[in-house]
Amino acid sequence: MRRNDVRARTHASWLAFAIHRISGLLLLAFLPVHFWTLGLALQGEAALDGALRWYEAPVFKFGEWALVLCLAVHLAGGLRLLWIEFAPWRGLRGRWIAAGTAASLAVSLLFVANMLG
Amino acid sequence: MSAARAARRWYWQRVSAMAMALFVLTHLVVVTLAVRGGLSAAEILGRTRGSLAWMAFYGIFVALVAVHAAIGLRNVLDEWPPTRKAAGVLGLAAALLLLALGWRAVAAITWGG
Repeated sequence: MRRNDVRARTHASWLAFAIHRISGLLLLAFLPVHFWTLGLALQGEAALDGALRWYEAPVFKFGEWALVLCLAVHLAGGLRLLWIEFAPWRGLRGRWIAAGTAASLAVSLLFVANMLG
Repeated sequence: MSAARAARRWYWQRVSAMAMALFVLTHLVVVTLAVRGGLSAAEILGRTRGSLAWMAFYGIFVALVAVHAAIGLRNVLDEWPPTRKAAGVLGLAAALLLLALGWRAVAAITWGG
């Protein structure tokens, strides 16, 4: 990678773009599984409960935290984008990136505290 | 013509994003509260079964996410030469898959009870 490419890709707004894209793709990949799981309720409460018990495994707990974080950062990044595109122009809203990341981490940690508590 | 279509896709992705911001915030609050003490089918279905309000909420949420994610996927595929030609078809397929599976899930958790 050329030096300017490296410089561009360590810029906070490029990282914000990358996080927005990756979180969006992960959410898209997760949604069919999410919908399929909820659809088990068509076969009755027991079928849905069976899947929920499966998701008690630690690896799924980690996955749930990651998904909540993805949803929160995608929301925060999306609000920043809408603000850039629709509000009067005032730079790249660097502080939105920091504030959005911090708020998303906080929300995901609150979720984990509730999940494990 | 294709530029006008691209502009329309941009518009619909932004409109769906604006509307969905409220849905996502609500969803984050609901899941964070619901996960306390563990998830059970009885608890989930007790909240959603027979509720027109949750049916409308999740039904609209699914429609918005299908539009938003399909356009997003199309944009990502469109930027990468190997997938460029298939971007339109795959975006449409994603929209239909999300709509079908999503509305099926909404029916599963809100009907009856």
